Formats: sequence, structure tokens, C-alpha cells
Amino acid sequence: MSRNGLLINYGWCTGCHSCEVACRNSHGLPLDQWGIKLTQIGPFKIGEDKTEWNYVPVPTSLCDLCVDRVAEGRKPACVHNCLAQCMEYGPIDELMKKMEEIGEKVNVYLP
Amino acid sequence: MTTKYKVGTEKDYSVRTCAWSAPGCHPTGCGLIMHVKDGKLVEVEGDPDHPVSQGRVCVRCLSLPEVIYHPDRILYPMKRAGKKGENKWERITWDEAYDIIVEKVRYYQENYGLTSIAMMGGTGREATFYFPALSYAVLQTPNNVGVLSGLSCYGPRCAVTEYVLGAGYPEIDYAAYFPDRYDNPEFQLPEYIMIWGKSPLESNADGFFGHAIIDMMKRGTKIIAVDPRVTWLTSRAEYHLQIRPGTDAALALGMLNVIINEDLYDHEFVEKWTFGLDKLAERVQEYPPKKVADICWIKEETLVNAARAFAKAGNSSIQWGVALDMNWNGIQAIQAVLYLMVLTGNIDVPGGNTLAEPSSFMGKWRYETHHQIPEEIYEQRIGNEEFPFFNYGLMACSPDNTLDFFEKQQPYPVKMVWSNSQNPIANAACVPKRWHEAFKKIEFWVSQEIFMTPTVSAYADIVLPVATFAEHEGVVIPHFGRNSAFVGAINQCIERVGECKSDLEICFELGKRLNPKAWPWETVSEFFTEQIKEKTGLTYPELKDKVVQQQKYVYRKYEKGMLRSDGEPGFETLTGLIELKATIFESWGEDPLPYFKEPPFSPYSTPDLYAEYPLVLTTGGRKFTSFHSEHRQIPSLRQITPWPTVEIHPDTASELGIMDGDWVCIENHLGKCRMKALVQPTVHPKVVHALHGWWYPEQDGAEPNLFGTFKSNINMLMPHKKVGNLGLGANYKSNLCKVYKVSGLDD
Repeated sequence: MSRNGLLINYGWCTGCHSCEVACRNSHGLPLDQWGIKLTQIGPFKIGEDKTEWNYVPVPTSLCDLCVDRVAEGRKPACVHNCLAQCMEYGPIDELMKKMEEIGEKVNVYLP
Repeated sequence: MTTKYKVGTEKDYSVRTCAWSAPGCHPTGCGLIMHVKDGKLVEVEGDPDHPVSQGRVCVRCLSLPEVIYHPDRILYPMKRAGKKGENKWERITWDEAYDIIVEKVRYYQENYGLTSIAMMGGTGREATFYFPALSYAVLQTPNNVGVLSGLSCYGPRCAVTEYVLGAGYPEIDYAAYFPDRYDNPEFQLPEYIMIWGKSPLESNADGFFGHAIIDMMKRGTKIIAVDPRVTWLTSRAEYHLQIRPGTDAALALGMLNVIINEDLYDHEFVEKWTFGLDKLAERVQEYPPKKVADICWIKEETLVNAARAFAKAGNSSIQWGVALDMNWNGIQAIQAVLYLMVLTGNIDVPGGNTLAEPSSFMGKWRYETHHQIPEEIYEQRIGNEEFPFFNYGLMACSPDNTLDFFEKQQPYPVKMVWSNSQNPIANAACVPKRWHEAFKKIEFWVSQEIFMTPTVSAYADIVLPVATFAEHEGVVIPHFGRNSAFVGAINQCIERVGECKSDLEICFELGKRLNPKAWPWETVSEFFTEQIKEKTGLTYPELKDKVVQQQKYVYRKYEKGMLRSDGEPGFETLTGLIELKATIFESWGEDPLPYFKEPPFSPYSTPDLYAEYPLVLTTGGRKFTSFHSEHRQIPSLRQITPWPTVEIHPDTASELGIMDGDWVCIENHLGKCRMKALVQPTVHPKVVHALHGWWYPEQDGAEPNLFGTFKSNINMLMPHKKVGNLGLGANYKSNLCKVYKVSGLDD
């Protein structure tokens, strides 16, 4: 059985920061630490009427994939609360398959 | 211990509830699971069983424990200990507070009349739901006033819909009425959603769960965005009409021109269910696409293509925002956008714009509370002589006339203000320093808040602590009942911190002292049961157990006689049809057909001013991290949005010698304020966009600083009483300014 990871379908990430705050709350992290951190790419123009603008949440070394929550049968805090529902948790072989199906603007992380 | 909505032990349990306020938010009623340990709310997460929010939740709810246990929260009733504006307070009991208030209310009523008291409340919150009752049925004043110039938020959209369409708020169909949501066979996915002057993802305005847009986009819905800014959402749109701020009415008329002249409208619907197409068709000839494109600073081709795509598409919807209200011809912009929904036949159909039945529940009780005031007194409301439109179905007074009344204390005096969950000198009020001087003339002021604010510090004599939604019982109804897919229970999950009370409890307790006949209920539970039983079949305890009760929806109600009080097919208007010529507007001195009028200060209406202030200023884009002026002291949220910013195009910034992150001054002929520059290619080079509602809770709260409320307040640059003919609509989103670099927030 493969390790678990996080799939982030970042083409749909709206930059709401819910993952950051939910993660910090569930792990009791202080304000200057993040278990997952939102990064921002753009906005910059890639054509007269076209703008590149992506938010990409990136788990940090403080991410334990919510081992305690998962043991209780819950989803990781970031996945659970994500407003755009663009995050998934699971075995990486399954996530890799999904990644290919999604086809663009998608990451799989092993924190 | 365990009930249907509460699971666990005395010391460690979780409660299912729906969110509203305090702290501020709209009645979106997102589902939450509140985890409580040893009596303290320790964690908030989304409730996966909520049919609309489905486990998702934004940072404002996630940080709720930081609000509840914040060291600066107001926890007890207080009376002023120093002079007004010194921000010194003395704790008192609720009985003492009520005794002082009752004595003052009686004194002003007897010596200056019922009109000498004014009620003011903030937008969107539970306060909004209950302050009309506090005004009419507790204080018995007809002066339920506000500060937002032209009442330019939501009210104009509701008023126009009522008179043109005779129905509740036309929200986009997002299958919220159905338990199985988008999979319900009656629902149809909209081909397009046109999002006009709104940031739904961040704002969830008026009860619409914003990320439903994302749900539908994932399923294939395409977006037409009308927004002066490039946003994350417009960057995913098929068409983005990046208009000059304040030209919404022109754009809508130009799109109507294309749809009518190219014969793209829904003949079957328009011929059967509308009145006045010939007149509208004549009017839109004044707005050919080329002319409109020039007015709006967009390409003609984009306008024409977007109009064609929308009209030729299958079922589609339009989500309209506050930017339409925020025009001095907002009434016409709203009317014209509504006609885009109507001409394309997208009213009350699957995947179009849904309409509520006319008898919106709880709205009825709210409305009827004004019968607690003698008719001849109700007619003396502030401003209704100048703007009689406010007498017709708007339970409000003209905010602009309110400033005039307060300043002059004429034609009758206003001695007492009750301010509920609002911070007008930090937000909403144009010319905030004029309001500041006018507010100082008020003899006796009661504030009802969760935090000390510039407004409380400057004027209040008595402060009453408000309970957060985790600390009281309540109900939440999206759109305040005007188009409600569900009713949600607000289940109290913790013991109150300090002695805070809910808005409704304060109404009950003071109402029983001042006007007991209007407050016959013993408990809030009894009151809620009476309000919801007829529509939902549930008692309040039953609703608490269910947490959410969805409503049934019937499409095409106009065919079934469900929109008219006489049960006939059609719409509840004078003609029984949707009025493409709004006949009733004529009797109020307004053009019955939509038109475009340049904003009062613009490159074309005031070219001399434009020479001095060469940038168009738009304001009020929403952030996930605040509700208007609230949440500035919440650590997790302030960290994400630490400072107010003004968005400037890189070319403009470069000409002005401004770098990203520099402090700048934004100034015009009315005033100035300071923000940090956000340099990015998301606005037109001649347009800047500034955030609203900024003050600094960490700064000195006493006069003259008042938590720095005049330092970064963009409304310092907004004019007074530049409103539409009916007194509605004001250009918060289209003014002129210049921007220059400064060394900091304070020099």
C-alpha cells in the first residue's frame, strides 16, 4: 500500500486561506508558523485579455497529514474546510491517477 | 447530554449550528461543527451535512474563538465615565443600563416627541434583522435611519424588483432548494452566470454561499464577469467586461440594444409575460454598442459578443451586486440588468434567476412592527418629504437627509441615537468628518457592540455587549426571507462570556419595559416557533434538532398563480406583467425607462476636476478576512490582510514613482486618506481601487485619534447627497482622485 499524500487541484484554489487557519487551529500552531501555506503566482498578463493568477497551498514540514484526525475517520483539517473543495487526501498512487485525470494545474504533495 | 444537534460529554462535546452574527456576516447560514472543551469553544469546522456549505467554511468562522475570547471584547454593560470621546467606561448592571435608557427614552418622547430618537444599525448582520423592530416596536420611533448615502446597498435592488417584477430577490439558481442539489432532476446547470459588480467568493452577500459559483464552474458553467478589476474569478471568465466604474447602466443598455436589435430575446416569454417592450426598444436605440463601449472604456466587440453569448445560451443567470446600487443612477442600472434576465427568459426557470413567493416569512413580522407607531408619526420620518419613494415599501429613512437633520437639528430635533452593530465613521458614511460633527450634537447615545470602535468611543453614553452567534439561540434565513432556500438554527454552543445578550433578547427585555404589548412572548424559543411554524411546519426546538430545513421550490410560479395575491397567473405589478416600462416610477417623478447618467465626478462630467485628479477611484472590493469594518483586531485575519491597500496599474505607479508596498496618499477635492500601494495589472491605468472600512483597533481610541479612523478611511473622498432622483443610489464606486507617495501612515 502506498503512502498517503495531498492532492491540490490548484486551478480551482480561490486563495481563501481556510486551509492555513484550519491547520493552525487543529494543530495548535502559533501565529508565526504554518502547517500549510498559501503561495500566490501572479496576477500577471499573458495576453491582452488574459491574466495568469494562481494560488497554490504548500504543506510544510509541520504537516503530519492530520494523523490524529484521520485516525478518527475525519479528513485532514485543510481538506475538510477548503472552500473550493480543491484538496484531497489519500494514497498517492490513487492521487497520481486523479492528477492525470485532472490534467492541468494540479499537484500531489508528500509533505 | 447528547441531543440531535449536540454530541459528547459535559466536558467535551460538539454542536451543529448555522452561522450568522455577531461578528458581522450575511445571513448565509453556513453549517458549522463547534467543538467545546471545558466550556470553551476550542475549534470550529465546517458541517459536512449542511446541504449548501457542505463542510466548507471561511476564515472568519474558523477564527471565531479568537473573537469570542479576545481581550478587547465588550463583556458587560458600561456607562461613560469620562467626557464623550475620552473612551473611559464604568461597568454597570443590565438593570442599571435599562433604567437609564428607559428614563431617557421617556424624557425625550415626552419633551421632544417620538421622532426625537433615531435607530441606526449595521448591514447584513442579525442586527439588520432586529433593529427595525427595536426602532418601531421598542423605542417607537419612525426614524429607523442609516448612514450609507443613497441607501445604496441591497435596498435599491429589492425596491426595483418589487415594482418592476412584483417579487422577492432574484438570486441565481444554485440548486440550494434541493437536498440532492445539482443532481436534482428539476435543476438545470446554467450555461452562463453573469456576475455583475460583485465579489461573491469573498462576500457571500445577502445569504448566497459564494463558492456555489465554483461548484457550478466545475460542472461546466461559464462566467461572464462585469468588474472594473481583474480578479481571480474574472481571470477564469469567458468574457470579462472591465468597465469604467459607474457605467453599469450604460453597459446594460448597450447589451439590451444588441439583444433587441438582433432579435435575440425570448419571444414566447416576453410576449406573454411582459409589458412595454416597444418603449424599451425605443430607449435602447440611444445606446448603440459603439457609443456604449466608448463610455465604458471597453471594446465594442467584447460587449457585443458577451451579449450575444448570454442571449443565445440555454438557461443562464445574472448575479448582481452592490456595485449596481452604488451609482446615482443605480435604479436604472438595476432596472436594465433585471431586463437582461427578463428578455432572455431566465426568470424563475431552472438554472436561471429564482424568485421567492411574495409572503416572505419573518419579513412579515418585521414589517408589521411599524404599526406600533401612530400613522401620523410614521409619516414624519426623516427625509420622506424630499424623497417620497421611501414611503413605498422601504422600511428606512433617507440617509442623506439624516445627516442634514442631525447637523441642523431641524426641522425637528434628534436627541437620542441607538446604534446597533455599526461603525459609521469608520465605514459606510460619506463625508465622515461631517457626520462626526453631527453625531456630537446627539445628547444621548446607546451602542450595542462586541468590540469598542471609533463610533462607540466618540459618542456613546451607554454600551451594551452583544453575544456572538456561538452564545445565543436564533434562526438564520438567507436573503432575510426574500429568497430563502432554507431556514437554519443558530444553536447556542457555549455559556456566554461575560454578560452579553443577543439582539433579540435586548429587544425582548427593553420591549417589555417600554412597549410590552408588542412583546407578548415569554422566551425567544416561543417567538421563533410562532415565526417559523406556518412555513416550515416545525417548532423552534424541532428546527434546532434538524439544524437546517430546506424549503421547496416551484419553478415558473408566474404560470401557476403563485406570485400574485389574487392567485391569478402573472406578476404582482400594476399591469400584472413584468414592466419593461416601470409605470409606477412616473408617479414618483422618475423616468419609467432606464437611462445612463455620468457619475457626478468623472472624466466627462467634471473635466476640470479630472485635470487635477486624473484617476478614477473605485472602492470596496471584498476580502475573505473582514466584514466591512469588522475583524481588524483578530490576529489570524489581520495577519493575512495587515493593511489597507490601493490597487494601482504598474504603468501608473511607475509614472508616479510608486513601488509596490509604498505608503501613498489618495486625495481629492473632498478629502484624503492613506493606504499601501498594491501595484499590479488588475486595474485600468486610469483607475485605482481602494479597500474600505479601515481603522486601527491597536491605536489610541480616544479623541482626536479615535483608533485612527480618519487615517485610512476611503470615504473621506466621497460626496454627500449625490443621489438619484428617488433618493436611492450613490457613487461610492466611482469618484476621482490623485495618488502620491508619502513616508508612512503618519508623517
